[in-house]
Amino acid sequence: MNAPLRHPEVAADAALVHVRGLTVDFLGGRKPVRAVGGVDLDLKAGEALALLGESGSGKSVTLRALMRLLPEKRTRIGGTLRIDGQDVLALRKKSLAAFRGGTVAMIFQDPGLALDPVYRIGDQIAEAVVRHEGASHAQGRARALELFERVQIPSAARRLDNYPHEMSGGMRQRAMIALALACRPKVLLADEPTTALDATVQIQILLLLRELQRDLGLAVIFVTHDVGVAVQVADRVAVMYGGHLVEVGSSGEVIGAPAHPYTRGLLASRITPDSPKGVRLVTIPGSPPDLADPPPGCPFAPRCTLAVPACDDGLPERVALAPGHAARCIRVGAA
Amino acid sequence: MTLDPRDRGGPAQPLLSVSGLVKHFGGKGGLLGRGPVVRAVDGVDFAIAKGETLGVVGESGCGKSTTARLLMQINRPDAGDIVFDGEKLGTRALDLKTYRRQVQMVFQDSYASLNPRLTIEETVAFGPKAHGLSAGAALARAHDLLRRVGLEPRRFGGRYPHEVSGGQRQRVNIARALALEPRLLILDEAVSALDKSVEAQVLNLLDDLKRDFGLTYMFISHDLNVVRFMSDRVMVMYLGKIAEIGPADDILKAPRHPYTAALLASQPSTDPAARIEEAPLTGDPPNPINPPPGCRFHTRCRFAADLCRTREPGLDPVAPSHLAACHMAVEGSGHPQAPTLPMAA
Amino acid sequence: MTTTLTPVEATASAPLPPVDLAEAAPVQAGRGYWGSVLSRLARDPVAMGAGIVILCIVLAAIFAPLIAPMDPFKGSMVRRLRHVGDATYWLGSDELGRDMLSRLLYAGRLSLFMGVLPVIIAFFIGSGLGILAGYAGGWVNTLIMRVVDVFFAFPSVLLAIALSGALGAGILNAIVSLTVVFVPQITRVAESVTVQIRGRDYVEAARVSGAHPVTVVRVQVLGNVLGPVFVYSTSLISVSMILASGLSFLGLGVKPPEPEWGLMLNTLRTAIYVNPLVAALPGVMIFLTSISFNLLSDGLRSAMEVRQ
Repeated sequence: MNAPLRHPEVAADAALVHVRGLTVDFLGGRKPVRAVGGVDLDLKAGEALALLGESGSGKSVTLRALMRLLPEKRTRIGGTLRIDGQDVLALRKKSLAAFRGGTVAMIFQDPGLALDPVYRIGDQIAEAVVRHEGASHAQGRARALELFERVQIPSAARRLDNYPHEMSGGMRQRAMIALALACRPKVLLADEPTTALDATVQIQILLLLRELQRDLGLAVIFVTHDVGVAVQVADRVAVMYGGHLVEVGSSGEVIGAPAHPYTRGLLASRITPDSPKGVRLVTIPGSPPDLADPPPGCPFAPRCTLAVPACDDGLPERVALAPGHAARCIRVGAA
Repeated sequence: MTLDPRDRGGPAQPLLSVSGLVKHFGGKGGLLGRGPVVRAVDGVDFAIAKGETLGVVGESGCGKSTTARLLMQINRPDAGDIVFDGEKLGTRALDLKTYRRQVQMVFQDSYASLNPRLTIEETVAFGPKAHGLSAGAALARAHDLLRRVGLEPRRFGGRYPHEVSGGQRQRVNIARALALEPRLLILDEAVSALDKSVEAQVLNLLDDLKRDFGLTYMFISHDLNVVRFMSDRVMVMYLGKIAEIGPADDILKAPRHPYTAALLASQPSTDPAARIEEAPLTGDPPNPINPPPGCRFHTRCRFAADLCRTREPGLDPVAPSHLAACHMAVEGSGHPQAPTLPMAA
Repeated sequence: MTTTLTPVEATASAPLPPVDLAEAAPVQAGRGYWGSVLSRLARDPVAMGAGIVILCIVLAAIFAPLIAPMDPFKGSMVRRLRHVGDATYWLGSDELGRDMLSRLLYAGRLSLFMGVLPVIIAFFIGSGLGILAGYAGGWVNTLIMRVVDVFFAFPSVLLAIALSGALGAGILNAIVSLTVVFVPQITRVAESVTVQIRGRDYVEAARVSGAHPVTVVRVQVLGNVLGPVFVYSTSLISVSMILASGLSFLGLGVKPPEPEWGLMLNTLRTAIYVNPLVAALPGVMIFLTSISFNLLSDGLRSAMEVRQ
C-alpha cells in the first residue's frame, strides 16, 4: 500500500544530493557575512543525515540554501548544488517551483511556516497535488487522505477538514509532514521539526520520520542541536561549527569516537543519565565566532584547548580517519 | 549551612510549603453562557526544604509554569495556601512585598525578560532602587552582582540586551533575580533555550551561586537529565496534578508512576545501538480543558484498568519520602498489578 | 518602607568561581536604542529624502521674512493671476495680485503650526489615557475605551467640522477640534501597545520585584510604549495638515487675508479655469508636506522594528 507514494525513478545508488563548496553570504549589512563557508555533502536515496550544530553554526542556512529558500536579494549562494541531477542554482522561476515540493520538500520547527491558517489542511494538500501534477481536486483529496493515514493521524478522513489551529502540536507536525510528502519528493529537509514538542510526542515524530524514510526511500537531511535526536533519526552525522562541517561520519563513529575537539567538547558538556552529581560540568570556554569577523584559520581555534599557532593558517583540510569518517582538524590524534 | 538572619523555623521547617493550590483560567464571559475552564493547576501540595533544589518536570499543559507564576503571585491562585518559612502569605506576618523580596524568578526567554530600552546595569539596579536604595548604591549592587554572574560590569554594564549573547542575557536575568537577595529562586526553564555548551556554563554558575548565597531552588525543566543533575528531589506533574514526587535518583532511576517511566523512555539515547524502536506513549498530552475522569493519565497508560477510569488515585507514599499517584503503586488498591496485601497472600 | 538590604560585600566576598565563561560577545560598544534607530534611518534613502523636504519646508516657513521676495499681503489689481514663470512673480500671482511665492512661504507657518500642534497635544493626552487604560485594566480600561469608542463612531473629517462649527471659526478653535479628533485614535493605539507590553516577561519581573506600579510604568513601560505611539502620531500629521487646510477652506480656520495653504486653495478656486497651475500650487504644498511626513513616519517605523 506504500507503493504508490514511492517515487518511481529513485535509483538506489546515485548520489541524490551532491554539494561541493557551498557558500552563503548575507549581504545588506555593512559588509557581507559568510554564514556558510564551504560545505561538501553527498547523500544517496534512502539515506538520512543529521546536521548537528548550535545556534549560529550555519546548519539551518545550509538547509535553506539547498532549496533556495533564502531571500534572493540579500544572499549570495556559491558553489555546486546538484540535486537529483538538477543544477539548483541555475533553476529559473518555473522549474524552481516544480523543484520545490516535487524534488525537495521541507518541514519546519513551526508548522505555521508551512500550513496556511485559513484553509482546511485536506484542501491545502489537495491543492499542492493539483498544482504540481495537474490532477483533479478529487484525486488530490484522495491523495490527502492516503497521506494522512500514512502519517498515522487518527480518524484521518475527519481530520482532513480541520484547520491547523484545531489540531494539537504533534498532530500539526504530522499534517505538515503529509503536506511535504504530497508531491512525492525524493529529498526531505527537516529543520528542527521536533524541538518545540514534548518528549513523548517528539519520539513519535522521530519514529514516524524514520519509518517514512525507509518505506519511501527518501533522502533525509535533519537539522538538530540535540545529539540524542541526531542519533535517533540518522545513520550519518555531520557536525557544523562556524559555517563549516568540522566532522562527518557514521553516528557510531562521530558520537562514539569523536575526533574534532569541538565534537569532543560538545559531547563532554552534555549531561547524561550517568553524569555524577555535584561535579562541575565540563564546558567549552568562550562563545561561537562572530561570522562577520571570523578567525583566520580553523573557526574553533580561539576556543580550542589543543590549538597551536598553525591552526590559524587557513581552514584545516579534511583528515580521513576511516572510510566515511573525516574531521577538519590538523590536531586530530593529539591528546 | 544557612546562617541567614531571616531564617525563622530552623532547618527542619520547610522554606516553602504549598497546599491545595488551584488555578482555573477562563470559565466566564463566553458568548453563550460560560466558556471552557482550563484546569491549569488542580490541587497541588508540596514543600521545598531549606537549601534543597526541587526539580519540576512535565509536558506542556501539566501546570508547572502556572505553578511557578502562582508562587510568584503573577497570577493569584483560586484556592490554596502558600506558607513561607512558617508564615502564611497574605497575613499580617507576611505581606506581599516582603514575600516578593524573598522569592524571585528567572524566566525562560532571556530576551523577552529584559527591557530592550534599559542597559544591563539599569535592569539589575531596578529592583534595589524600587526597594529604597539610592541610585548610587543600587548601581554598586548591580555591578557586584554582574561580576558575580561572570559579566565584567565595566565591559557589559552599559550594553543593551540585544548587544550580548543568549547565555549572557540569562546571566543578567539571574543577577536581576538575585538583586533583591531572595531566599528561593524559581528557575522556569531558565536554561532550556541555551545551546548545550552554554547551558553547562550557566548550570555551573547556578551551582556556585546556590552555595555562596545559601539559596533554595525550584528548578523547572523538560530535560530529565538536567533535572536529575541539578535536583535533590523531583516532582513530576501531569495535567495540573502531581504524578510523583520524591528523591531525584529514586524517581529517575526507579519511577513508580507509568507516566514518569514513559517520560524517561522517550529520551533518545546517544548510543546508535540503543535506539528507541517503539514510542512509549501515543498521542499528545490531553487538553487541560477537559481532563479525563479517574486517573488523568489513564487515556495514555498501557496499564490502565477499569479502576483507573473511575477512581482518582491519591498521592500516596510508595517508598521513604517518595509519593506516587498511581493505583499500581498502592497495596490493595484493587488494580490487577498492584502489590497485594500481605494477609491476602 | 525602610530598606534592609545588606551590603553586597558580605555575600560577594566569597571566592569568585573560575572564569570559564569569557563569552567574548561579538559586539560593538553600546550605541543606545535611539542611536541605532537613527543610524538605520539614515540609511533609508526614501525617509531621508522626505526628511530633507520637511526640513526645507520648515526652514522656509521660519525664515519666510528673510527669503520672501515680496510682501505677501500687498496686492496689485493690475497684476492679478500672473502665470508661473513670470519675470517678477516667479510662481505667479493670486486673484488679488499678491506674489504666490511669498504667500506660499508665509502660509507654511500657519499650516505647519495647525497641522503639527494638534498632534503634539493629542500625543500627550492620548498616550497618558492609553497607558492608564492599558496598564490599569479592569473598569478603568472599560471606562476610557468605551468613551473613545464613541468618538470612533464619527468619521474624523465630520467630527472636525462639527466641532469647529460648534466652537466657531478661528485658529484656536480649529486646533482644539483637531486635537479632540486625534486623542481617541492615539489613545487606542497607546492602549493596545501598553496591553501588549504589560504582558512581557520583563514587566512581570519588575512587578514581582515589588516596585510601585507608577515606577514600573515609568521605567519599564513608558519607553517601550511611547516609541510606537510616536511613530503612529507622526503619521497623523499629514491627516492633520489636510484637515486643518480643509477647515480653513471651509472658512472655519484661518481668516483672510492671513496666508494659509487651505485658505489659499479656497480663494484661488475661482481662478481654476483661468490659471489652473497657480490655483493648484497650495494643494501641491499640502500634498508634498503630508506625503513627506507619511514617508518619514514609515521609515521611522521600519527603522524601529529591527532588533538584534
